[in-house]
Amino acid sequence: MIPVEWSLALSAVLFTIGVVGVLVRRNALVIFMSIELMLNAANLAFVAFARQQNSLDGQIFVFFVMTVAAAEVAVGLAIIVNVFRLRETVFVDEINLLKG
Amino acid sequence: MVPYLFLGFAGLLIATALMVVLHKNPVTSALFLVLSFTSLAGIYLLLQAEFIGMVQIIVYAGAIMVLFLFVIMYLNLQHDVEKGAQIAVRRGIGWMVGALMLLFAGLIVRNGGFSPGPVQAVPPSLEGGNAQAIGRVLYSRFLFPFEITSILLLVAMVGAIVMIKGRPAADGAEGEKE
Repeated sequence: MIPVEWSLALSAVLFTIGVVGVLVRRNALVIFMSIELMLNAANLAFVAFARQQNSLDGQIFVFFVMTVAAAEVAVGLAIIVNVFRLRETVFVDEINLLKG
Repeated sequence: MVPYLFLGFAGLLIATALMVVLHKNPVTSALFLVLSFTSLAGIYLLLQAEFIGMVQIIVYAGAIMVLFLFVIMYLNLQHDVEKGAQIAVRRGIGWMVGALMLLFAGLIVRNGGFSPGPVQAVPPSLEGGNAQAIGRVLYSRFLFPFEITSILLLVAMVGAIVMIKGRPAADGAEGEKE
């Protein structure tokens, strides 16, 4: 059996890569992909603990997280497409619609 | 055998995730993301979460990434231009924050700073496979959240369609303002 620490370390690395992606990139789509990476890191931790505790609850949670991720992607991409139509850009530092 | 497979998948996962963040072309980023989701599905299989592994491939590598690629191609994006002092500063800060986070997470994992709940003595019965076991739990204890999920998906679907459709053209000023 794989030690739970390995999975947790991998999950931490994956989450960190996601955070760095959000902070470093300015393309809204790539930032979105980095958010997906972070969600997957959380999923990995859930599955690892479910395995460690002989329980299925963690896997059920992953199922719900995936549902939320799917909904989030649909709505988020719609927003990005709309912003692109309005401003002709997907770079987050050029989008300042809320600035008065 | 299993630890080596785990390490292999983990290495592939980290490498492809880094490529997602580092590559300048969004299409290539998305394709690397598909690869990283697939290797994560392999890790799920090694952790005895067969159902989750398959759903990972179908939902993430299939549906979500197709949506991403579709939007990227619809918007016809080129390579990202990332030059200038401000962006260099932000990149430095981003990597520093990442290194700090990794340091803290590593300390927590190394010192056992997480406290998982009690281990169930009886493992869930795996006859009929992981999918059957999950289905049994999902349709009994988690039936209500499962049904709520369908409402969430419906709302997301309606919201996406409404947003993409936009306002009617000859609406004038009465329409909702953005």
